[in-house]
Amino acid sequence: MGYGALVRIAQSLLTLLAMSVLVFVAIYLIGNPIELLVPPQANQAEMARAAQALGLDQPLPVQYLHFLGQALKGDLGRSFTSNAPALTVIFERMPATLELALAAALIAVGLGIPLGLWSAFADGHPASRATLGLATLGFSMPTFWIALLLVMVFSVQLEWLPSGGRDASATLLGWRTSLASWQGLAHLAMPACSLALFKLALIIRVTYAATIDTLRLDHVRQARARGLSPARILWAHVLKNIGAPLLNVIGLEFGALVAFSVVTETVFAWPGMGRLLIDAINTLDRPVIVAYLLLTVVLFTLINLAVDIACLAIDPRLREARGR
Amino acid sequence: MTIDPGQGGAVRTISVWSRAHRGLCTACAGILAAAVAGAAILPAPARALEPARPPLRIGLAGEPTTLDPHAVNIAPNNALAWHLFEALTHVDAKTRLVPGLALSWQALSPTEWEFRLRPGVRFHDGSAFDAEDVVASIERARRLPNGQFGSFVQRISDLRIIDPYTLRITTAQPHAALPLDLDSIFIISRRHAKASSDAFDRGEAAVGTGPWRLRRFSRGERVELDRNDDFHGVLPDWASAELRVYGAERARMAALLGGDVDLIESVPGADLVRLRTNPRFAIEQAVSWRTLFFHADERVPENAAPRSHPLADPRVRQALSLAIDRRAIVGRLLDGAGRPASNLVAPGVFGHDSTLAVPRFDPALARQLLAEAGFPGGFDLTLAAPNNRYPGDARIAQAVAAMFARVGVRVRLVTLPVNVYLPRARRGEFALALLGWGSFSADLALRSLVATRDPSRGNGGWNWSYYSSPEVDRLLDAAAGEFDPERREATVRRAMRQAMNDLAVIPLHHTMASWAMTRGLRYTARTDEFTFAHEVHPATERR
Repeated sequence: MGYGALVRIAQSLLTLLAMSVLVFVAIYLIGNPIELLVPPQANQAEMARAAQALGLDQPLPVQYLHFLGQALKGDLGRSFTSNAPALTVIFERMPATLELALAAALIAVGLGIPLGLWSAFADGHPASRATLGLATLGFSMPTFWIALLLVMVFSVQLEWLPSGGRDASATLLGWRTSLASWQGLAHLAMPACSLALFKLALIIRVTYAATIDTLRLDHVRQARARGLSPARILWAHVLKNIGAPLLNVIGLEFGALVAFSVVTETVFAWPGMGRLLIDAINTLDRPVIVAYLLLTVVLFTLINLAVDIACLAIDPRLREARGR
Repeated sequence: MTIDPGQGGAVRTISVWSRAHRGLCTACAGILAAAVAGAAILPAPARALEPARPPLRIGLAGEPTTLDPHAVNIAPNNALAWHLFEALTHVDAKTRLVPGLALSWQALSPTEWEFRLRPGVRFHDGSAFDAEDVVASIERARRLPNGQFGSFVQRISDLRIIDPYTLRITTAQPHAALPLDLDSIFIISRRHAKASSDAFDRGEAAVGTGPWRLRRFSRGERVELDRNDDFHGVLPDWASAELRVYGAERARMAALLGGDVDLIESVPGADLVRLRTNPRFAIEQAVSWRTLFFHADERVPENAAPRSHPLADPRVRQALSLAIDRRAIVGRLLDGAGRPASNLVAPGVFGHDSTLAVPRFDPALARQLLAEAGFPGGFDLTLAAPNNRYPGDARIAQAVAAMFARVGVRVRLVTLPVNVYLPRARRGEFALALLGWGSFSADLALRSLVATRDPSRGNGGWNWSYYSSPEVDRLLDAAAGEFDPERREATVRRAMRQAMNDLAVIPLHHTMASWAMTRGLRYTARTDEFTFAHEVHPATERR
């Protein structure tokens, strides 16, 4: 376990390094950020001065090494477009995104696993088929379209829910969050639901498939034949078997929810990190892009680590395999 | 002047010189420009307002990135800064220069200006405003690392405080446009002259003299403002206001339709039609200061084969201009949200020449001109445009390519995201390149866009066509040293006429700026496209 964790951390550091090189080179290939940063009436001398102030006059390898040196000290640079530290800009948005991702994940997992299990236990039942059919539909409908539909119905026609934006005026344990007030939750409802829909469909299908496979296993069929109650079969056999694959899917999908929910954030004007990345790419705001992607790598690494540990706890076979 | 925003990101640089200013300063050379615009000066009586009126909620298209008014020169930041801060000079809804924190100004000599400051003004923290604050602000704008406002004050060589309300500014060269440049320098309190951008973003240094005080700045989400009851001008009609950011067109429209906001800026063209027929909403529109046009690369390398560079021939550029159906572009592609252009600046802007006619749409004549120029069978060229900067940019480029095809010019169309497009266009990779520009003063636009390239003087920095006319250059130089606004504008108009007749650029159209609001509100559409909470009024209260 200790050795495994070390390997994992070393791998992550390598990934971080590779990612930062990649972003540097990619942005260099797109163009010089200075072209977009100076005001149009700036003359050559002013452009040169601005480039110097931002270190953009240096050759790319020098810029990269300088970045690396600063990064080791915990400084990922200042955003070109807001003149604030890149990490500050990202962390300002993070609570909004985490809230949204958490709410969506709760909806997807809280509904998806029971529905998937039930569909498998009641396989063949019309309601089960309907659930699976709807799940397939959930896959195939684009998120932005669902989001627009929700807005048209619930905000514009019925005027029940706000069309977008975030209301974090209430505080919970010192944090400004949408979760602490009805108004905040009302703002959160539609973005969370539309973001959850795809994940919900996915989790239903994955749970269903894994459960069906498990129910066909010999020892489960024997348990049924012995007359064990469905509840007992569920807890003792099915959940333990499907736990590991399900956790892997949920972990990865949660990472994606946090890092790449840009479409939903755009439609609902949700002030999260996803839009920040797109805006940064549009303005070649390199410090923000680099910091964002590095954080994403860290996030996925942490999630994977958490999933691994959870799987070890659930599945004894994995423990044995690793122990050897 | 400016390259322009698409996705909410206008680089706004102001070079305002306008009719009011002409009226104001008929005597720039000596006579004091007495403050005219009454509304801006007269102390407004505190108005009795029902206490329970909810805050005014405005949906913005562009996201303000910082509260530091000297850091990042993009339209959303400048618009927000105007709520909290003021400058020495202001610009009204029609781009006319009006007094701000300076009541009047006069040129004592070609290189020395005297500004008389408004007495009795207080900052939000209660401290008094005087010339020291102006000096501190100009110095900060000049010195701030990464600051993008330095170019507005680069010509200033000396600042002298005569008394707390009189400031003399010396420029290295004669610079008639100084009062316009100072419209871009927001005045902060001298107590915060050393503050970092972070201190402004936290709110502690965001202390101005403007009509609103900052309550909360939540980057990317919203800005909450409270009325500054000590404001020296007309008090805002609302005790508080919320500026919320809705970057996506759909989200902004939904927020208005769903009643989450009272007013939105930058209404999508297709929705204007629908909103007009909806009795719940009202629309305000104005021709904005942004003009779209093509630069045609006129360079002919030495030893080039004859006729290998058709765009160098004015007849060919004329033919291309005649081949464009501007009415169709404005009417069908933009749903009417634009005006065909004949000039590089919008009608009403200083230096606009109204004697220039919008180029005709005449494909037959275009073909004839091409034949005369030696290209009866047309030729091939690369036409490039950004696809995420101006309303309808990529579709406009496609339409123009099709129009060119009709006169025999075969187009290779390139549309790119603006972050890739701009650097390549600046390197001169495209024969025809689309650009949008906003300016309040034609001479400054001409200087950047069509003056002969001269990096040492800052001329022709955006002259992608490499057009070069000694006559235009001479007229522009004459305008820079001309302090009589009437004569100055006449000179600028001649430069404009010359450049447009030479087809230094091929003009397309001026865009329209639009606002939609719930009925019961009114907003005077601004040429500079800014949305100001303090200029929103209840519709019933006509003044």
